[in-house]
Amino acid sequence: MGKAPKKKNLADKVRKAKAATEIKNNPFEVKINRKKFDVLGRKSKHDVGLPGVSRSKAIIKRKETLLKEYKQKNKSNKFIDRRLGEYDAKMAPEDKILQRFAIERQRAHGKRDVYNLNEEEELTHYGQSLAEIEKFNDTVGSDDESEEKGLLSAELTASHFGGGGGLLRKKTSGGYQEDEQGGQKIKSRQELIEELIQKSKQEKRERQVQKEEAQELTEKLDQDWKSIQALMVKKTPKAENVDKPEEKAKPEEYDMMVRELGFEMKAQPSEKMKSPEELAKEEKEKLQKLEADRLRRMMGDEGGDGVQSQVHMSADDLNDGFVLDKDDKKTLAYQDGKWNIEEETEDDKEEEGESEEEEGSEAEGENEEDDDDEDDVEEEEEEGSGEDEDGHSDLESEQESENEENDEEEEASSSRQQQQQQTLNREELKARQEAAKAELPYTFAAPESYEDLKDLLHGHTPDNQRLIVARTQKCNHPSLAAGNKLKLQKLVGFLMEYMGELATRSPPELGTIDKLIPELYALCQMFPEAAGKSMQSILGDAAHSMEEAVEVKGHAAFPTLDMLIYLKVTALLFPTSDFRHPVTTPALLFISLTLTKCLVRSLQDLTSGLVLCCLAVEYVSLSKRFLPELINFLSGTLHLAVQDKASAGCMVVPPFRLSGKYSDLLVLSNSESCSSWRKENLPLSATQQLELKSDLNKDHYRLNCLSTCLDLVKRCCLLYKDLTSFTHIFQPIRTLLSKHLSSQMLPSPLQELHSEILEAISSASVTHTRLVFEKKKPIPLKLFTPKIVEVLDYGKKRGSTREEREKERLKHKYKKEFKGALREIRKDSRFLAREKLSEVMNRDAERKRKVKELLGSLATQEGEWKALKRKKRK
Amino acid sequence: MAPAKKRNVSSKANAKKIKIDFEGIVERVLKSRKHANDVFDVLEFLQSEKEKDVICAVDACCKLFCTLLKRKDLFIGKLPGEDEAIKGEHSPDEKYKIFMRHRYNNCVEILLEHLHHETHEVKESALCCLMKFAAEQGLHPLEDLDWSEYFSFPRELIQAVVHNILSQSLDNSLLISRFQEFLEMDDIRYYVMSFIRDNVATVMNKSKGAVLPVYQSNVFTLMLNINMPSQETELTNFMVKQETKHEDWKAAKLHDHKRAFERMWLGFLKYKLPNSMYKKILVVLHDSILPHMSKPTLMIDFLTAAYDVGGAISLLALNGLFVLIHQHNLDYPDFYKKLYNLLEPSVFHVKYRARFFHLANLFLSSSHLPVYLVAAFAKRLARLALTAPPTALLIVLPFIYNLIRRHPSCRVLIHKPSSEDELLEDPYVMEEVDPALCHALESSLWEIKTLQKHYHPDVAKAAMLINTPMTEQEDDISEVLEITSYELMERDLKPTESKSFPLEFETAAHLLEGRGEVLGRHFCLA
Repeated sequence: MGKAPKKKNLADKVRKAKAATEIKNNPFEVKINRKKFDVLGRKSKHDVGLPGVSRSKAIIKRKETLLKEYKQKNKSNKFIDRRLGEYDAKMAPEDKILQRFAIERQRAHGKRDVYNLNEEEELTHYGQSLAEIEKFNDTVGSDDESEEKGLLSAELTASHFGGGGGLLRKKTSGGYQEDEQGGQKIKSRQELIEELIQKSKQEKRERQVQKEEAQELTEKLDQDWKSIQALMVKKTPKAENVDKPEEKAKPEEYDMMVRELGFEMKAQPSEKMKSPEELAKEEKEKLQKLEADRLRRMMGDEGGDGVQSQVHMSADDLNDGFVLDKDDKKTLAYQDGKWNIEEETEDDKEEEGESEEEEGSEAEGENEEDDDDEDDVEEEEEEGSGEDEDGHSDLESEQESENEENDEEEEASSSRQQQQQQTLNREELKARQEAAKAELPYTFAAPESYEDLKDLLHGHTPDNQRLIVARTQKCNHPSLAAGNKLKLQKLVGFLMEYMGELATRSPPELGTIDKLIPELYALCQMFPEAAGKSMQSILGDAAHSMEEAVEVKGHAAFPTLDMLIYLKVTALLFPTSDFRHPVTTPALLFISLTLTKCLVRSLQDLTSGLVLCCLAVEYVSLSKRFLPELINFLSGTLHLAVQDKASAGCMVVPPFRLSGKYSDLLVLSNSESCSSWRKENLPLSATQQLELKSDLNKDHYRLNCLSTCLDLVKRCCLLYKDLTSFTHIFQPIRTLLSKHLSSQMLPSPLQELHSEILEAISSASVTHTRLVFEKKKPIPLKLFTPKIVEVLDYGKKRGSTREEREKERLKHKYKKEFKGALREIRKDSRFLAREKLSEVMNRDAERKRKVKELLGSLATQEGEWKALKRKKRK
Repeated sequence: MAPAKKRNVSSKANAKKIKIDFEGIVERVLKSRKHANDVFDVLEFLQSEKEKDVICAVDACCKLFCTLLKRKDLFIGKLPGEDEAIKGEHSPDEKYKIFMRHRYNNCVEILLEHLHHETHEVKESALCCLMKFAAEQGLHPLEDLDWSEYFSFPRELIQAVVHNILSQSLDNSLLISRFQEFLEMDDIRYYVMSFIRDNVATVMNKSKGAVLPVYQSNVFTLMLNINMPSQETELTNFMVKQETKHEDWKAAKLHDHKRAFERMWLGFLKYKLPNSMYKKILVVLHDSILPHMSKPTLMIDFLTAAYDVGGAISLLALNGLFVLIHQHNLDYPDFYKKLYNLLEPSVFHVKYRARFFHLANLFLSSSHLPVYLVAAFAKRLARLALTAPPTALLIVLPFIYNLIRRHPSCRVLIHKPSSEDELLEDPYVMEEVDPALCHALESSLWEIKTLQKHYHPDVAKAAMLINTPMTEQEDDISEVLEITSYELMERDLKPTESKSFPLEFETAAHLLEGRGEVLGRHFCLA
């Protein structure tokens, strides 16, 4: 073992010289690894090995590392090369040299700096400090001191370079100097140097003070000039600039750019987005504050702070006392803009044309103006929309104000509602007068029971009721306290109950319900589940009682107005077009139940029925789903208007009857009343109580019903025109309209509707393709080609999870590494053993050689001595 | 009599005392014949205005006369007139008996009158008293049992009771239900049945065919309360046991019961009935009348008449007809044609919808029906489904599917592939009364296609089934027959865990304003 490596080492040396290809081609060097299986497409790296090469590589590596360590073993001093980058293989040699040089320079510099009083070396460019230039704030720009650096006073030079120089001088002029500085003579060199240092330091301090003073003066000067400049700018009238824009020097492109960049919006740290909780908290705090204010005012002590005197507080008010005055708004904005610009550009943009500045500022100012205008508009709208909030419009959530905007638009559309609006305005005025004494509290506890809610809302105007609900909702936002969510959820149910009660009062307070709708909607958005459940229970109860009535009597009475309102509210809160919805599906079923089971016995009943029909049309208007009961009811209603019931041919579906006590509810008592009739919207309260005094009024009401019915029929025609059985569905209505309810009897608007409907029905296509089953995808035959699965890792266990596979992989890797490490260690120890052996062998050989030498010398000595003796004997 | 009047005046204050007095009177009368005249006091009270007094008096009378009957202290045999008896040469004992018998008769008369009293309590106590008398009279007959063919039974009394119960002016349903417990006794039942028949015949003949709703409803209630025994051996409960020849007694024979029952009903149904009565009878006909008749086929006239009336009555007559056809081999010409013509929009709205569809399902379950007929039914039902409420649709759709499943040649109604996509008008003629001529087989069930757009999800889903070939398994429609709208609603109302409430995204600001507003176009908030 000891010999082989040596030989190999020789061989290595030889091999190194050889080209790599030669080695590879040498059949004695190459060992071919036999493969058990030849797998197509697999690339193997290890089919050919070069054992000799790799072994020699390993040996060389060991020699460089292990052997060295071994040799250093038990040795206390080592040679460590501390040169920079000596052991850094990554560093290029040139870099090494460069850095070493730099360090050397630094060191040398440091040495020299012992006497450098300026402490740090400043890099300069053309005599100006680079650091200063970089800062770009060289306002003073005086170069008096920088010059000083270049100049070396004699003394300084003397002191700098002349520790020696001074001494030299002392030596040379030692004689006459001695008398002059008799006292100083004793001063050692050390003292001298210290004195020098002190001197120069003092000088420097003085310089600094001077410099500061100068700077202060210049700054003061600058400021003075600025104030004057401002006056000058103000005096240059804008009009002049406008008059002769041509004269104005065309700004250079560069200037433009600079200016643009200057004005460009800089990303500024905006305020952190507030989380809903924070917003809610703020809202609550605001309300609480207002409540406190209100309480204070109620107690009668006037606060001195100006907030109170301020009439209106915008939502955008920063509460900084900045009052927007309409009269001087323009100039204000203008000045504002200019000021802003001055602040921004005061450093380096003073030379720029003032006119340009003005333009820019104007633009900005205008923007601001716009914003302000918008704000104002909003505020005004809020004020005008009948909110008697005394300028606390910022209480309103954004959504509400939007709503109000919408309201206004919609209200503007119909004249009737305008009237309402006017009356509202009047009310509002009155309310405002009263507002001072009867102002609403700003915080409300959430009602614990329905009675609480009723007490809370009792005696308030509809608007105030809405406000109360809104404020209650805000005060009890779920993010403010743990129990609030439950409270508000309860509030949803109470509110619904309250709406029902409002509707059952006589006369029904529908206006209040109308006002409460947005609140209910908002609450519903927050708690869909609570709202859905309470609506479900309302519907379920109503349906249950109706079902019971049907069971007992075979028919039921039409639901009261509150149910109608609930159904409408359902349509507002929940999507009616869903295929299946936990609230709207039962609601539709309820409508269908009432339309089939409730007997029409009076015009009130009929009105209820028509309301339900309207609702039904609304419910299905988006989904266009088919509601047979609707058509039945409408055709039944039309049948009520037929005068001559005897003529057969009409098909009437329950709850209507072909003939009977109530089968001519809509027959006009006097055909003359057609001429004086005009379409009017029916009041919803007519479903509860209807008082029609004269026959003419009755007839008009009948015609109104008929018109509503015909309009609904028309809508249905449009909705269902795509249904395959459209003609069959509308057949009864068609016969009724064409044969029994001729248009001559009707007023002209109804005649139009009449003809439109008939046209719509007759224009529908009556032909259809035959029904066939939907084409089914043919079931594919069973295939016998193998399923090909991409295999990415051979020989790995498959079918386990990723974690397991990873674990498996790591285990395998560990095993492999462990084995490799063992092998390496073994190789290392073998190598070391070999080295030791060779050492021992060397040592032995040496000793043998020396012994031989000694013995040889002794032998020669002996031989010589014997020869001498022999000679002597002879 | 004078003291009685006195008491009458002061009775307000001491009602209790009166009761004690009643007992005292009864005891006195029973103890010695001296106080026989006190009976008048009781009878006086029996006619009093005050219900409490009347009831007490009724109790007293009951006790008194029952005891007298038991003691045989009442005159037996043909009763001579009171005046004659006093004048005539009767022993004092007989005179007393005659006197008491007359008081007894008075009492019965008053009690019968009380059956028309306004308050139910009076009626009820009077009835109970009368029936007790009847029971006692049955045991101790007041007639001479001379001739051998005679079966002792208080016929006159029972007849009078029946006659008075079947009031022409008052609805006696409560009293009748009380009377029902006496009808449990087989002999009473038998005689009551025959008395009812006689009564109906006399009353209705008097009214000359006019409808007497109250009377007829009383009769009907009474007849309905008759629970017929189904087997001879059940005839064990008798009020009066006949010592001799009990076996020969008609009241003890089931056959005679059935005959009496049958004659009673036929006698009742002979006359014109109000519509509601018609329906009620038809509802119960098949399970409480037909099985107890000796010859159910006798009902055929009534049923055919009812079947021809049309509407709901026809629907109900179906049930009886079915029993006759099914169990008694009745041959009914054009039965299916009539059934076909019964299909009208109202079929889906009437109360007896479930029954009708149950029967229709039975009638159409035969696989020997011609295809054109089944197709006509399917098509007609589909057409009518366009006006049906969702609860009915959930019956009709599986019904139609079942028809098609049973008769695979009807599959062309929902699947008729043709070479080219020809457009055609619906060849079906709705107005045609003959299912053979209505061209249903040439049509397709486009109506079901329409119903795929129905608003109710379950209906829409059911209608979707025609898009794919149907399964072989028939749907069981019995589950859905009785479904109500509320049950249908509950499917959605039931709280389930996973249910979420999607919300309308469009902000609601006003009640009557919004996108697609229809209500607001026609109504205003006022």
